[in-house]
Amino acid sequence: MLTIRNLHVSVEGRGILKGLTLEVRPGEVHALMGPNGAGKSTLAAVLAGREGYEVTEGEILFEGQNLLELSPEERSHAGIFLAFQYPVEIPGVSMIQFLRAALNAHRAAKGLDPLDTAELMALLKEKAALLKLDPAFLSRSVNEGFSGGERKRAEIFQMAVLGPKLCILDETDSGLDIDALKVVSEAVNALRSPARSFLIITHYYRILQHIRPDVVHILADGRIVRSGGAELAVELEEKGYEPLLAAV
Amino acid sequence: MQPTQDEVLTQHLTREYEWGFEADLDQEYAPKGLSEEIIEYIWAKKKEPPFMLDFRMRAYRAWRDMKEPHWLNGHYAPIDYQDAYYYAAPKSVAENRPKSLEEVDPEIRRIFDRLGIPLEEQEILAGVAVDAVLDSVSVATTYKERLAKMGIIFCAMSEALENYPDLVKKYLGTVVPYNDNFFAALNSAVFSDGSFVYVPKGVRCPLELSTYFRINARKTGQFERTLIIADEGAYVSYLEGCTAPRRSEHQLHAAVVELVALSGSYIKYSTVQNWYPGDTEGKGGVYNFVTKRGIAYERAKISWTQVETGSAITWKYPSVILKGDDSVGEFYSVAVTNNYQQADTGTKMIHIGKNTRSRIVSKGISAGKSNNTYRGLVQVLSNAENARNFSQCDSLLIGSACGAHTFPYVEVKNPTAVVEHEATTSKIGEDILFYCNQRGIPTQEAVELIINGYCQEVLAHLPLEFAVEARKLLAISLEGSVG
Ligand SMILES: Nc1ncnc2c1ncn2[C@@H]1O[C@H](COP(=O)(O)OP(=O)(O)OP(=O)(O)O)[C@@H](O)[C@H]1O
Ligand SMILES: [Mg+2]
Repeated sequence: MLTIRNLHVSVEGRGILKGLTLEVRPGEVHALMGPNGAGKSTLAAVLAGREGYEVTEGEILFEGQNLLELSPEERSHAGIFLAFQYPVEIPGVSMIQFLRAALNAHRAAKGLDPLDTAELMALLKEKAALLKLDPAFLSRSVNEGFSGGERKRAEIFQMAVLGPKLCILDETDSGLDIDALKVVSEAVNALRSPARSFLIITHYYRILQHIRPDVVHILADGRIVRSGGAELAVELEEKGYEPLLAAV
Repeated sequence: MQPTQDEVLTQHLTREYEWGFEADLDQEYAPKGLSEEIIEYIWAKKKEPPFMLDFRMRAYRAWRDMKEPHWLNGHYAPIDYQDAYYYAAPKSVAENRPKSLEEVDPEIRRIFDRLGIPLEEQEILAGVAVDAVLDSVSVATTYKERLAKMGIIFCAMSEALENYPDLVKKYLGTVVPYNDNFFAALNSAVFSDGSFVYVPKGVRCPLELSTYFRINARKTGQFERTLIIADEGAYVSYLEGCTAPRRSEHQLHAAVVELVALSGSYIKYSTVQNWYPGDTEGKGGVYNFVTKRGIAYERAKISWTQVETGSAITWKYPSVILKGDDSVGEFYSVAVTNNYQQADTGTKMIHIGKNTRSRIVSKGISAGKSNNTYRGLVQVLSNAENARNFSQCDSLLIGSACGAHTFPYVEVKNPTAVVEHEATTSKIGEDILFYCNQRGIPTQEAVELIINGYCQEVLAHLPLEFAVEARKLLAISLEGSVG
């Protein structure tokens, strides 16, 4: 599904990713861990097509297509979803309005007619229930006045609504309380399917206990320095990065 | 290579003004310029009652001795008032006012059809009665009979002068005196038509009353005069919409609107103003210098809602004089400026009665090289015990070449008053646009969504059909101006 080869990325002239290679096959769950500032969010931003990130070398293929040629919205339509580490507020725009615009843009890209209100509401309510969100939340402005944890949950709700192929979760677990973490993890597990892949960026083993990853990668200094099974995350939890990185 | 966000946006910056067509009508003009003779000509042409000649003449003389104001936060070359026509009317209307809709000149009908304002009663938006004003003359008023059954008068000002001269005489100039300011004086001297509304005691007007203004003739100013009277306990919602052809010279629009809200009544006045704003270089466009004011008696309420997207220069401060105890004044405004537009708008709330309350919500959006100014005055006079005001003035900047300015003036002469003011300035940031893009929403649509969200609090006060139109206008006037 996703193939990244020898990716070099710089921001404002400074090299952040320095030869990253990664292969995510359909249905797989990959965890991406690594110290602060290693470049995890940078990778997420490059995958989503954010401006200001210069790819100086390497390539990214998504379902065989050169991802770097696509605009951020085209990547979204193609099935890439990013749950943001810091979701922004959109004052005065309700979650309903926002997701209607998003869903209809996705549908338009596929040549489909816009959803009617009844279909839209049915879908939103179903997914709100999956995330155990009060339907009143749908009428609130996007992320406005939401707590940190509520925002994260709302990101996964949006993900459930849009039904992407590749879900990138950037530290979705940070800021979630124990119960919320369970709700979000269960929602993610419910969304797992042979056709859908996940890239879960996290600092903690905790979320990986709920969402069992197929592979765990450690990103340090712009490269994936180690990959392994879930046991790698356990090792990290016990010893920290230092011995792991020293061994590289 | 994908176009960048900036490129996509600039592409849309140069949108055309859709309503800029010009119709070829046989027009009747007064001689050019302004003099006592012209005032008499207009008065005679319109066969007005004698008190009107006196009103117009006093206004003209006051105006002659006044100076064109240039204090507003904007710039324009002095206007040559002698190089304009003060009366222009499509001949077919001027000679013989149509008695019924069937009599309206088909060419005039076509103008309003193109604007999406059908004059046919059966086709009209359910629940909206329309008075269409072309240049200076009222062309048709729909639903008149249905309203008349309830005692509601909704007609052209010239018709009101003919049929209800005493009512007009009693209220005309009582809210905006003939010598109030330069443009109001000019309007009082030369206004040729406008709308008149009277809602009798205790009557709730079941239709939205609507006037649609259109400047068509060349080198004419448009000076309509609107007078709305809600008698005790009455309710009326009134809508005003405007467009003008695209011209390279400037057109002057100096209207006066007077609202009289008697005890316990409620007047809701909504405007969606879309006069031609001039081209992307700042050539042409309407100068919109308007005086709008209402007076609220005991327990009466006046609410102004405006969405201003057009005009080269807008100079407008819908105001409420809170004369009666427990009266309420509201002002909800969205003012958008793009390219070289200048808007200087705001409100005045004058608290005279006890327990009077006012609320101001102003949302300014500036893009391109435009300038957007909020200028507000909250005045609490010494007898106004327990007066309350809340003001919220937000500015949204799009790009870095535009300006937003806020001048909130407060004068409190009674210590029991509570006056609150909040102001914010924000930008549509790259982060919020990227967030939308990531969800699949293209930049242009994202901007519309964000702007609508930003204006939500104001748009929520517009009647539904108008809110839809306002949303479209906002989207069009800001298309792609983010960068
Ligand atoms: N827009 C930017 N401008 C300047 N520097 C940037 C920008 N984005 C990222 N960086 C820098 O790139 C490096 C990698 O940042 P990134 O956010 O990808 O790290 P991360 O692995 O996600 O860290 P964390 O675990 O703290 O979230 C950091 O040194 C950061 O300061
Ligand atoms: Mg990060």
